[in-house]
Amino acid sequence: MDFTFTPEQDELREQARAFLAATPEASWADLAELGWTGVSIAEEEGGAGLTFVEEAVLFEELGRALYHGPYFSTIALALPALPSDLRSEVASGAASWTLAIGPLVPDLDTADRIAVAGGDGIYELEDAEREEFATVDDTRPLGVVRGGETTRRLADSTVLAEIEARSLTALALEACGVARKALEHAIEYAASREQFGRRIGSYQAVSHPLATSYTKLELSRSLALWAAWCVATGDPQAGLAAAAAKASAAESAVWVCETSIQVLGGIGFTWEHELHRLYKRALGIEGFGASGTRLRAEVAAALVERPTDREPEPIPTPSALEQGG
Amino acid sequence: MATTAVARRITIVPVDLRDTPEEAAFRAELREWFGANLPEVLRGHRGGSARFDDPTMREWSRALYDAGYIGLTWPEEYGGAGAPYTHQAIFLEELARAEAPPHIGVIGLGMAGPTIMAHGTEEQKARYLPPLLSAEEIWCQGFSEPEAGSDLAGVRTSAHLQDGHFVVNGQKVWSSFAHLADWCIMITRSDPESTRHAGLTYLIVDMHAPGVEVRPLRQLTGESEFNEIFFTDVRVPAENILGEVGGGWQVAMTTLLHERGTLGFALQAALEVQVRKLIALARDRGADQLQRDRIAREWMEMQALRFTNYRSLSALMKTGMPGPEGSISKLVWSEANQRVTKLALELLGPDAALGEQNAPYGGYWQYQQLRSRGNTIEAGTSEILRNIVAERVLGLPKSR
Repeated sequence: MDFTFTPEQDELREQARAFLAATPEASWADLAELGWTGVSIAEEEGGAGLTFVEEAVLFEELGRALYHGPYFSTIALALPALPSDLRSEVASGAASWTLAIGPLVPDLDTADRIAVAGGDGIYELEDAEREEFATVDDTRPLGVVRGGETTRRLADSTVLAEIEARSLTALALEACGVARKALEHAIEYAASREQFGRRIGSYQAVSHPLATSYTKLELSRSLALWAAWCVATGDPQAGLAAAAAKASAAESAVWVCETSIQVLGGIGFTWEHELHRLYKRALGIEGFGASGTRLRAEVAAALVERPTDREPEPIPTPSALEQGG
Repeated sequence: MATTAVARRITIVPVDLRDTPEEAAFRAELREWFGANLPEVLRGHRGGSARFDDPTMREWSRALYDAGYIGLTWPEEYGGAGAPYTHQAIFLEELARAEAPPHIGVIGLGMAGPTIMAHGTEEQKARYLPPLLSAEEIWCQGFSEPEAGSDLAGVRTSAHLQDGHFVVNGQKVWSSFAHLADWCIMITRSDPESTRHAGLTYLIVDMHAPGVEVRPLRQLTGESEFNEIFFTDVRVPAENILGEVGGGWQVAMTTLLHERGTLGFALQAALEVQVRKLIALARDRGADQLQRDRIAREWMEMQALRFTNYRSLSALMKTGMPGPEGSISKLVWSEANQRVTKLALELLGPDAALGEQNAPYGGYWQYQQLRSRGNTIEAGTSEILRNIVAERVLGLPKSR
């Protein structure tokens, strides 16, 4: 058993953090240049031939940086459905994708191409009209697609289980990155801000909720890393682990952000401070895809009832999407 | 850019949550051994102290020792197996999964032994460690006092050096196993003029010496797991010191570090057994949607604790220091065990009010729920543990 990151994975994290801090508007071409778009794509397809564990490192850092772009929709949603030639285009940075799997489609403002899950498979959707909606978290746009034609059949719908596990795990990892950043803000403030002649972090009314924030974050992160390992190795528990990870991490991130806003007091409530943007991403993650309640119902069913394969997601057809979901 | 090269030259050395072939073989061996050797009367025992008073517990402890499973990570020269920490973790997991009671030397193995190894003389190691492992001698701990609970530096029990002996006077409290113990590791105040962390001396005291009196304390479960110990002019040979005169605080920190060390694996495994029983209860008696939501939460927390422990242990194996995330194990386990046992009572419905003689499952859940209230107090209260996380892990200013 070994549950630590390798020095190479740690180095990837450090470089990702430094790059994203220096390049807040990183483009898809920038990410391709770094090799991030092809991390888990085979070397013969132009990728790095690594695994979802390395992508996990990036999802955490992209969440922390509140990255705005089609990495989640391409790598977590669409990639498992893409055939070899299209994977090569992703690795080279020639194309980014999103996948219409629910009524609201992410990253329509930046994704080059659209895949749609419908009927028995996943298809490319061309010439569709994109309508982008205002979102609470404006770094994770959502919208609907209308019309268009389903053209190339990309994959069989059996790939949806993998897509669900990857996307739930990626959301959990992003949530961990968001929560870590929010907690760092709160710790920094509590360790320096003085009231009543003492630094406020010395008051247990402040320090204990932060200790609880750390506890929730580390527990959720353990589930997220377990899920990432399951996805990377094709473990049969991947679906269960991903459901647990997303339910736990989204809730923890919201809790940590709310606690951090409270610790920063009036400063935490201002538009200028980054906390509200982290908070809105956490809320967005909680709302996107299956809710915590729904995921825990699936976990409970797997535990209490005779273990069965998880029911696949209800798959919206293109015509349902045309009605705006 | 520089990162391109890095991302592309990583060779796959992924996180690996599986047992290595050697670990898997050890786990399989343990399962077989527990299956063949655990007496049925000891299996699934509800816990508590009474079981330790039973002579079968010493036999069981001896059997574990003879099989080579006690002192797994201890050096071979002191009777240990010199095995890696992962073996100890696997042993604790399998022990809990077999619902087998632990070796009776809970205090000795977890606290006294590691402290003697770190601070004892060669003579002390040779004298105390082998009979500790074989369960021939039982240990207790004399740290807390009526006026020194969480604030351990307030100890008042005095040790006056006179004619080659420390003369010990005072009172200790909350001491598990004291009614059975042969030896006590204790902190005393050797300098009567001193305050707080200075002037403390760490002693090994013979529990059979004249002037030692043990009185059991009855706890809210009705049982007596721990005791008060009264010391009246107890003469302790001067060579029974661990560390230096006045250096007791540093030695005590070693003990507390070990109290909260690989313990995490035993706690997680115990929680896994509780959650498994909770799920069996839900199948047996039914659970509505809201209750199922809470069951899922508890299973998730148990899994999260497992992998948090793995992360901490992996860091320990690689760097020699446990990861900071390990400091939350006991905090998380204690609160989870309280929730799980209360949820079980809710699933029992009106039967939750029945006493042991009439309750379903022999009163298992009623006992477990009451006992769990001690979990957030013993071995560091949750308040102290949150202080430790805030100050040592998060780097927040001290609260006092």
